[in-house]
Amino acid sequence: MNDAERVEFTAEMKKDYKILIPTMLPRHLKMLASLMRVYGYDAELLENSGREVIETGLKYVHNDTCYPATLVVGQFINALQSGKYDVHKTALFFTQTGGGCRASNYISLIRKALKKAGYGYMPVISLNFVGMEKNSGFKLTPLMVRRMLYSVLYGDVIMTLCNQAKAMEVHRGDAEEKADYWTKKLVEQLGKSSPLPYSTIKKNYREMVRDFASISMTKDNRIKVGIVGEIYVKFSPLANRNLENYLISEGAAPVMAGLLDFLLFYVYGRIIEHDMYRTHKKSIVLLKLAYKLFLKKQKDIINIIKEESDFEAPTPFTHTVELVKPYISLGVKMGEGWLLVAEMIEHIDKGTNNIICTQPFGCLPNHIVGKGVMKIVKEKNPGVNIIAIDYDASASEINQQNRIKLLLANATKDL
Amino acid sequence: MQQSGKTINVGVDIGSTTAKIVIRDGEEVLYKKYERHYSQVRQKTLELLKEAEPYLSDKKIKIAISGSAGLGVAEIARLQFVQEVYATFALVEEKEPDTEVVIELGGEDAKIIFLKGGVDERMNGTCAGGTGAFIDQMASLLNVTPDELDEMSLKCEKVYPIASRCGVFAKTDIQPLINQGVSKNDIAASIYMAVVNQTIAGLAQGRKIKGKVMFLGGPLFYNKGLRKAFRETLKLEDENALFPEYSLYAVALGASIFAEKSEKTYEYGKLIEMMEDAVAQRREVAHMSALFENDEELKEFKDRHGKETVEFKDIAAYSGDAYLGIDCGSTTTKLVLINNQKEILWHYYNSNKGNPVDVVKEKLKEVRTLCGDRIKIRASAVTGYGEQLILNAFHVDRGLVETMAHFMASKQFLPNVDFILDIGGQDIKCIKIKNEAVDSIMLNEACSSGCGSFIETFAKSMGYDSKEFATLGLKGNAPVDLGSRCTVFMNSSIKQAQKDGVSVENISAGISVSVIKNAIYKVIRANSPTELGEHIVVQGGTFLNDAVLRAFEKEIGHNVVRPAIAGIMGAYGAAIYSMGLGIEESTLMSLESLENFTHTSKAAVCQGCTNHCALTINIFSDGGKYVSGNRCEKMTSKGKIDEKLNLFEFKRQYFINLTAPFEEGKKVIGMPLQLGMYDLAPLWVGIFENLGFNVKLSGLSSRETYLLGQDSIPSDTVCYPAKLMHGHIELLVKEKVDAIFAPCLTYNIDEKVGDNHYNCPVVAYYPELLRVNMDILNEVEYLAPFLSVSDEEELARELSISLPENLIKADKNRMLEAVKAGFEKYRKYKEDLYAETERIITRARELNKKIMVLAGRPYHIDPEIGHGIDLLACSLGFAVITEESIAPRVGKVPTNVLNQWTFHQRLYRAANYAVTQKDMELVQLVSFGCGIDAITTDEVRSIVENAGRIYTQIKIDEINNLSAVNIRLRSLLGALEMREGKE
Repeated sequence: MNDAERVEFTAEMKKDYKILIPTMLPRHLKMLASLMRVYGYDAELLENSGREVIETGLKYVHNDTCYPATLVVGQFINALQSGKYDVHKTALFFTQTGGGCRASNYISLIRKALKKAGYGYMPVISLNFVGMEKNSGFKLTPLMVRRMLYSVLYGDVIMTLCNQAKAMEVHRGDAEEKADYWTKKLVEQLGKSSPLPYSTIKKNYREMVRDFASISMTKDNRIKVGIVGEIYVKFSPLANRNLENYLISEGAAPVMAGLLDFLLFYVYGRIIEHDMYRTHKKSIVLLKLAYKLFLKKQKDIINIIKEESDFEAPTPFTHTVELVKPYISLGVKMGEGWLLVAEMIEHIDKGTNNIICTQPFGCLPNHIVGKGVMKIVKEKNPGVNIIAIDYDASASEINQQNRIKLLLANATKDL
Repeated sequence: MQQSGKTINVGVDIGSTTAKIVIRDGEEVLYKKYERHYSQVRQKTLELLKEAEPYLSDKKIKIAISGSAGLGVAEIARLQFVQEVYATFALVEEKEPDTEVVIELGGEDAKIIFLKGGVDERMNGTCAGGTGAFIDQMASLLNVTPDELDEMSLKCEKVYPIASRCGVFAKTDIQPLINQGVSKNDIAASIYMAVVNQTIAGLAQGRKIKGKVMFLGGPLFYNKGLRKAFRETLKLEDENALFPEYSLYAVALGASIFAEKSEKTYEYGKLIEMMEDAVAQRREVAHMSALFENDEELKEFKDRHGKETVEFKDIAAYSGDAYLGIDCGSTTTKLVLINNQKEILWHYYNSNKGNPVDVVKEKLKEVRTLCGDRIKIRASAVTGYGEQLILNAFHVDRGLVETMAHFMASKQFLPNVDFILDIGGQDIKCIKIKNEAVDSIMLNEACSSGCGSFIETFAKSMGYDSKEFATLGLKGNAPVDLGSRCTVFMNSSIKQAQKDGVSVENISAGISVSVIKNAIYKVIRANSPTELGEHIVVQGGTFLNDAVLRAFEKEIGHNVVRPAIAGIMGAYGAAIYSMGLGIEESTLMSLESLENFTHTSKAAVCQGCTNHCALTINIFSDGGKYVSGNRCEKMTSKGKIDEKLNLFEFKRQYFINLTAPFEEGKKVIGMPLQLGMYDLAPLWVGIFENLGFNVKLSGLSSRETYLLGQDSIPSDTVCYPAKLMHGHIELLVKEKVDAIFAPCLTYNIDEKVGDNHYNCPVVAYYPELLRVNMDILNEVEYLAPFLSVSDEEELARELSISLPENLIKADKNRMLEAVKAGFEKYRKYKEDLYAETERIITRARELNKKIMVLAGRPYHIDPEIGHGIDLLACSLGFAVITEESIAPRVGKVPTNVLNQWTFHQRLYRAANYAVTQKDMELVQLVSFGCGIDAITTDEVRSIVENAGRIYTQIKIDEINNLSAVNIRLRSLLGALEMREGKE
């Protein structure tokens, strides 16, 4: 990276700059924006969407770049052009994993697009945990990272409960209402500088689970559909044309693993690399600690959900890892890597035999871990239905729906 | 009337182009009907139901709707919908329960259903174009009916390789065959073969098609040649290939089976009422603003463009000198005769009817006759796809590359023109002009071509001629938004629009806008209109369509010039060019010779090198001969090319001769020579030879390599080099090697000049994908360990734990010795490579040759991947070197992107070096489907252009034809010449 030309986010800017965050997981990121305020960052989650965002993206990003880049850039530039923000007092915020997939280049693509659109002076903050791109005005403190972790966990719990409740609720909208209520409540809590002891967090989990469990639900035997795939397309309704809601409207119940799994995959992936190639020697102790901590946090959530409800709890990550070993090497780490395969198997393991693999059109890692493993997954699990759906700016919705309908028709036959 | 109250079952199938209805009483078919719906899907369904009234009234009707366009109809009319694959499924169970596989090709859909041993359905995804529509399109390209196409195919002698992924690609391959005069019979059969390959590679994706196979759908029902191609390719016995007479109605029949199972019955009147309601409903569709707000705008538009014209003079009243220009384009042939005032005396524009030589012959006769003794044709020039063919056939004085011809012509209309956009039948050309010289040229990459002829074919399929269709578009009040990717995607979007009941006017206008957006955002990749230029000339046949022209003006926000002769600009430019040549006596064929002129063509395979080019030899009656299809001039010019100034060839030879001769008694390790192996093979060969093995590299790829492995490819959009891996593995297994070694490398060699040193995901993990997708690997010891190559000791450690002991017994020290030997061999390879590079550069400079840095990835030297572009460049007079050969000449370079891939950082370094050398031109090779190249191309382009140099990019795929590449490279040469002329 050409560090000399990069516009840094300075301590000076921290005082009065607005920091914009793109939508990927709306609930998770809303909480993230809120907690950032505690540490003096005026963060805001973008909510603009629709055709305009896509069109703007197409104008400012190479059209062969993956769809998520088009959307992220489209959303940023569209927001900047809306006149809603003082563009000389605005910074952008994006995560960067630093993996071998081209997604690591989103930050560069955002910068290029900014330049093209005439905002070359705007700083872009990279959120990463590998020390790429330092900014004097943006520093991760341990307490802030801790709060970030809990916003991820809260988000995951809400998502897990909401999806399940939404698919079974008697009154349309009950689950969504509770999710909104909890998001709002937690956003407020995370946004206050008062200490946040773990007991409070666990209490929140418990109340959340109870609250969602109180929704009146049907006993219908709905078709469960597991959604796996490239992380942005999988989670972002803007990218996947609101796949979750579409499935629910078709009478199916969508299931998906949370963001914590991705964090675990990321940390555990480095531990594996240490085993395989003797790399990450300096950070290995820390990595192992983080891994243990994350596992513990996941376990707490699993236990609480099990204790308080009939909802299906997330699969323990260690089990997830065991599940995937017969299918693909844990050395496959780019993009979602083996985690994508693991999520397929995890769904099957829990009796969800219908899986939609979502990916941006032309996604490189997905050639390997998406379409590349379908043969072996089907061979080892006869009766499983898996389809791959490509998303991009011009993919026809009818074609996508047709394929989903086919999956559902197949599933109905099996019921 | 029949007995009342009886229950009957109705199945309706609404596909992308046709609607079918079947009425059954139990298994007995009472009535059936099959009609094209011309996108009026709800209306047509209603009509079909009304026509069937005698069978339906007074009955209890059970109904189910199916088909790709049926979903919308069913939803709006609130009738039962059955997924079409399921409908097919039900039918097969009823009719031929022991069928194992169903292959169904529809207008735009292709499906394979596996019924036995794990039910599975495969439908074409977003990137696998239509089949029926594709065949129709190809037929019209050849100017025959689909029936004639079928008959012709049965008489074929030779099948040519045609890209099988999607229709647009195939078309790019077919067009040059037509222009080269390949027999139509052969082309017809090749088209069918492409459809077969597409179905097998794109849909079966690794699953073998065997047992009893049922073929359904229109194309397979009507085309005997296609059936034959399927049966032969799949090696099916007659009794295992079912072509049922109900083929066309299969889905409708299946739907009727579902109807029977449903509880709901309707009275006839009620059903009609529901359908009428559905017809009356309008749904919200994404649309854009109208092309014209009002009639005044339309009038202003027509008046303005009416003025952009050249003088026409009556040829009968003229005598004196004249100049002839010929543009033998991809689908059309154009001729223009001008006087010395550049006024047009005579011109011609028409489809080349698949046979440009005949058309040009007739027209030359006509113009020679018109000229008589009064007018003397002083000079002539030819341009376009068929340039060389026409040049040789009729002794035209000079040929010129089409981009130059267009620039010449445009200057006549807008002397300060700075941008020319030409959209032809299947190609888009953009020419940027700076300082009165061609500054850069953009041609459409294969995936977005076909736009112009797409409109024509589409208009036809809806029952309009293209002019009528365009006129309708001008009236669209709310053009439908169809997206801006390739036409295959557009087909699906149109399907959706039809489903939503959008009017023909708005579809026509929408297509025009999409073609334009495609050109601006996909091909030119502009961010704002100002980037294109201020003085824009548009031309090419597609701009004769007023809707397209208007859409362009609207999209860029200002007016442009469309010469009234937009369709014949290439020919006009060629004529002007010939005028400037200062030729005294033209060599153009005389009327007398034209009278006796005949032309035959035959196919042959060149044996000059491993490329084995499929040649077409054109023989003319005056003894002249023209060979096309060849990549190089080796066989046609008797070895005039200096092959020694080609680093691609050096590398190929190096890799072929990399391994030591086999020694008796040693075990054999096979390695697929593809992807990263084209860089690291010396390392691995060195290690294993040191460990006492014979090493077998699978060798250079060919089309056969691809075909050999195509049925285990799981992702049809992965890059071609990856697809070839499957064939390499097959080859090695056939060789009965003791083990196959294909390491997975997340990280490549760390050359310490980037932010990281990754491989791309495909290069890194493809061996792992092969492991779980190729059953044949069970027959051999397959070693695909995850390794790192940055440290000798570490690699030795990894190898000693990951290689099986029964194959290799080596302790850590022994392994380290082998690894050291491997790295030594790799270092030696690099030294030899750099030495040869230096030699080529020095020699090229002595000979005053330009040096082309053909920059891509190490594996682009493979003849099946690079398609011999290096040889073509040599034949155009370049010396050829590669990106990695000059990368070490600069250190770490600043980049605007995360510079984290080993192969790609070499690109940036090479670009940085090349621009400092006056005689080096960088041409970037890009593999289609390479997601990373979306990042590298922008970066390399900016490095090159910021240095004030010309950036050229060539996208390569399965496409095996170099015509387009030839244009690009010649345009580059033309631009360089003009630049030098300026200096």
